[in-house]
Amino acid sequence: MTTSEKFFHMAIAVLLFYGVMAAILLLTQRLRSRNGERVQAAAFLGPSLALIGIGLLYPAGVTIYQSFFGAAVFDPPFVGFDNYTALFTNSQQLTVLRNTLFWVLLTPTISTIIGLVYAVLVDRASFEKFAKALLFLPMAISMVGASIIWKFVYDYKSGESTQIGLLNQILSWLGIDTYNFLLEPPWNTFFLIIILIWIQAGFAMTILSASIKAIPEDMVEAARLDGTGPWQMFRHITVPSIRPSLIVVLTTITIATLKVFDIVQTATGGNFDTSVLAYEFYRQSFVAGNQGLSATIAVVIFILVVPIVIYNIRQMRKLEAR
Amino acid sequence: MSTSTPTAAQVPADTAPAIPASTAAKKQLTSRWASAVALIVALVWTIPTFGLLISSFRPEEDVKSSGWWNFFTDPSFTLQNYKDVLSGGSTGESLTTNLINTIVITVPAVLIPISLATLAAYAFAWIDFKGRDTLFVAVFALQIVPIQVTLVPLLQLYVDPPFNLMPLAGRDAPAGGLYELWLSHTIFALPLAIFLLHNFMREVPGELIESARVDGAGHVAIFTKIMVPLMMPAIAAFGIFQFLWVWNDLLVALVFSSPQVSPMTVKLVSLVGQRGEDWQLLASGAFVSLAIPLVVFLALQRYFVRGLLAGSVKG
Amino acid sequence: MITTRTRRGVATLAVLAMSGLGLAACADDSSSDGSSNSAGGEAPGAGQPECAQLEQFGDLTGTTVSVYTSILPPEQQAQEDSYKVFTECTGAKVDYEGSDQFETQLVVRVKAGNAPDIAYIPQPGLLKTVVSSGSVVEAPQAVADNVDEFFGEDWKSYGTVDGKFYAAPLGANVKSFVWYSPKMFSDNGWEVPQTWDDMLKISDEMVDMGIKPWCAGIESGEATGWPATDWLEDAVLREQGADYYDQWVNHEVAFDDAGVADSLDLVGGILKNDDYVNGGFGDVKSIATTAFQDGGLPILDGDCGMHRQASFYAAQWPEGTTVAEDGDVFAFYLPTTNEDNGKPVLGGGEFVAAFDDRPEVQAFQTYLSSDVWANEKAKATPGGGWVSANTGLDINNLKSPIDKLSAETLQDPEAVFRFDGSDQMPSAVGAGSFWKEMTAWITGESTSDALKNIEESWPAS
Repeated sequence: MTTSEKFFHMAIAVLLFYGVMAAILLLTQRLRSRNGERVQAAAFLGPSLALIGIGLLYPAGVTIYQSFFGAAVFDPPFVGFDNYTALFTNSQQLTVLRNTLFWVLLTPTISTIIGLVYAVLVDRASFEKFAKALLFLPMAISMVGASIIWKFVYDYKSGESTQIGLLNQILSWLGIDTYNFLLEPPWNTFFLIIILIWIQAGFAMTILSASIKAIPEDMVEAARLDGTGPWQMFRHITVPSIRPSLIVVLTTITIATLKVFDIVQTATGGNFDTSVLAYEFYRQSFVAGNQGLSATIAVVIFILVVPIVIYNIRQMRKLEAR
Repeated sequence: MSTSTPTAAQVPADTAPAIPASTAAKKQLTSRWASAVALIVALVWTIPTFGLLISSFRPEEDVKSSGWWNFFTDPSFTLQNYKDVLSGGSTGESLTTNLINTIVITVPAVLIPISLATLAAYAFAWIDFKGRDTLFVAVFALQIVPIQVTLVPLLQLYVDPPFNLMPLAGRDAPAGGLYELWLSHTIFALPLAIFLLHNFMREVPGELIESARVDGAGHVAIFTKIMVPLMMPAIAAFGIFQFLWVWNDLLVALVFSSPQVSPMTVKLVSLVGQRGEDWQLLASGAFVSLAIPLVVFLALQRYFVRGLLAGSVKG
Repeated sequence: MITTRTRRGVATLAVLAMSGLGLAACADDSSSDGSSNSAGGEAPGAGQPECAQLEQFGDLTGTTVSVYTSILPPEQQAQEDSYKVFTECTGAKVDYEGSDQFETQLVVRVKAGNAPDIAYIPQPGLLKTVVSSGSVVEAPQAVADNVDEFFGEDWKSYGTVDGKFYAAPLGANVKSFVWYSPKMFSDNGWEVPQTWDDMLKISDEMVDMGIKPWCAGIESGEATGWPATDWLEDAVLREQGADYYDQWVNHEVAFDDAGVADSLDLVGGILKNDDYVNGGFGDVKSIATTAFQDGGLPILDGDCGMHRQASFYAAQWPEGTTVAEDGDVFAFYLPTTNEDNGKPVLGGGEFVAAFDDRPEVQAFQTYLSSDVWANEKAKATPGGGWVSANTGLDINNLKSPIDKLSAETLQDPEAVFRFDGSDQMPSAVGAGSFWKEMTAWITGESTSDALKNIEESWPAS
């Protein structure tokens, strides 16, 4: 395919999409009856729901079905709940669950706190754009790039040789013994978590910053007239006003954290007690070829999200009630 | 008044009216202390990347044998890594083709899901229909389906779709398999996009919608004339992230792209060689692929400057 | 009702068999009698000597064979160049596609009924898995004849599943090598060791001189641990012999059998010996976090004496390093511990599996298994870094000293070739617990615990 052909296809795809959507909207525009509402809801939601149904719901169903079958790649036998018992009786899996817990507790909270504090600090500063771009940068770097960046941070050589890892270089400048950051559990898990925090803080900052800008000017002004200091302003005006956004950010990062496997994959390959559920899932599915067990792990990840979903629904209900 | 010293709380209150709120806020928040904290965070966040940038200009041997900070004491500067990456290293095919592929993949994979998600989020937020909440919860919960779970079932559907539809994958796929890439990225983006945009939509005051309804506007009119303009910052924010995810995506591209439309990420990984012998090229490769997203981010930043609802309604 | 779609006018039976319903129907077995298909007509290259084997397939002009492989640039170019003769002889085109997610992708594509015509499979274990899908077709007679003539029984058995021969070997690599610095050896008057004990003697002398004799790195992303599995396999071959090795790989001998434990302790005598490792990196544990790509590099600085790693490690030396017997680095054959077990060679390679029996696909299989291709490939690889176990390969066509050494090692009539064991074991072990436990063993786990854990993870079947 030539370049122009590719761009032609791209234009066709985009035009076709907008053409169809516009047609649907125009057709349903005039409907105002009770039934019309339903038709309009269908017009607005239909395409999205169809895609989600085909691309996510159906595979999720397949996965749940697969979790009751054995390891063979082709034509696996039915094994009932064996995969589930295997998962929860294996001592190594308990370490995996523990690590997953660390990830899920630490990453969203720390990323959000850093993102929020940073967004507040640089808000309305003269260097705001530039400052935000700096924190945003890690988001824009591909995982492949990020893995190399952190190789240059954590790399370990023994004390007497030349270091190529920044942290160990700093240690040897300070005259402290070099340390193999990725080797010693449980601390190695925390060093891996730092990588994800480094990536996700930019996401938190961007969304929260947009929210902070939405706080009505006169509210801030009124608070100022009452003589509120910056700390009280932050606690009593900023945080409550952007609470919905905070929940959204926390939720999104939590879900992303539960799904992250590539950091573990590139840094340690899940060795040295650093594995997490998402990586175990990936590994069973794509390396060890155990479809049944990997599907089981996916189902467990799914179940772990249920509390988060419930919490979010409650929050939404509260908002509705307002 | 007595001559007792005014309390801390009174001092700003006495002087405040003289200064517009925004400048006062500026004064408070850009105090030296705040700037210092921001500076430290920014430094910590930037140093690792800065190290990679330096590494990308160092000769292979140096990169593999000494730390990047030696560049300052013993500088040896080369553009070889960038030449290798841009010329496609030993593969002989230049990276330009893959850059074009990435662009062609990314543009529809950003526009389409965002448009769909904005529509769906509007319906979830402002159209009353039975089972709305249940549906929304279901969509929200599907965020958690790991992409890897969906790859095989999707690929099977693309290769061998039901009802005699046109296969989107395989050797005779239309546009070299571009359609399956766009479709896959759209599917994976929707749940999160709908969730995020829905939350922003809910923040729009109900009176605004109500008054428009009273004036006889239908959902389509409200959506196009009121919602989309109001939502622009949120749409831009999500647009940036979706853009980045698609731009930097490796997994979906590996599974669904045929060689003739493979994006930069796939190419960069293959540049490193079968056994990772040329990993120093990843440094320059990372910056080559970083350039455009950064420009996009800076260009869209102006959407975040105005308040989300500033000027529309006074709270 | 499944509709049959035509691809370039040829019904792909694989699609029929696998179409999404998971029905692993038997592939069409019209070729299981070993006869080959012909397109009829006169082949474009008829009469030329190098086309002799391909004439039987007739004129294939206008057809295409799709090849799917894990061989990426820069090696890809040499692969594609080596197909020129085939194209000239038959008129068929070869559509080459490389992927670094090959193992995963192949399974996905076979499941989805989107299999390529030909795949170069780097592991016998994966070959077995894919054959179990029922979509791999048996090799035609011409291929079987070539393999009998040029490769011998050891290699043929790796392309055979349940008594049926499917896949001919393609390239190969030798894993039983130790990299060293010829200069360091000659400066100190050391000869290349001929026995394991000689090797340890040299190691001790290095220790006395203040050099760490060995360096190793087993970090390789999610495949972390694989270089250590090669160490153990080499040791089992040397200590217990090839027959025991086969039983061990096929789980007729338990993984934690005393023989395996002894072999692992033999490896531990080097890899877990703080006096011996890890030159240029640190202590024993640093082996686990040192990237396999970097593992041997300290040899260049004189920080390390020897590095046991396969022939393909040649690609890892930085540009400007001379890899030759009188150069900066070279390799010697990992010596034996027990003369009764012959000269075992551990290695790896790819196998050519076909998912279709169209004449152009069979013609290409035939070409790849011939001595013509092996020599074409050698000529097409001026930079070196490729070798085959094909005895029809003229060693003089190979350019680099290490490739010559590999080919000599493979073609040595004394050599007992055995394929990498972890590539033959079920993937839950070979790409799972074996890698993981060897890594844990390096970082402190005992020999008995490591082997016991692997034994327990062996899938019941």
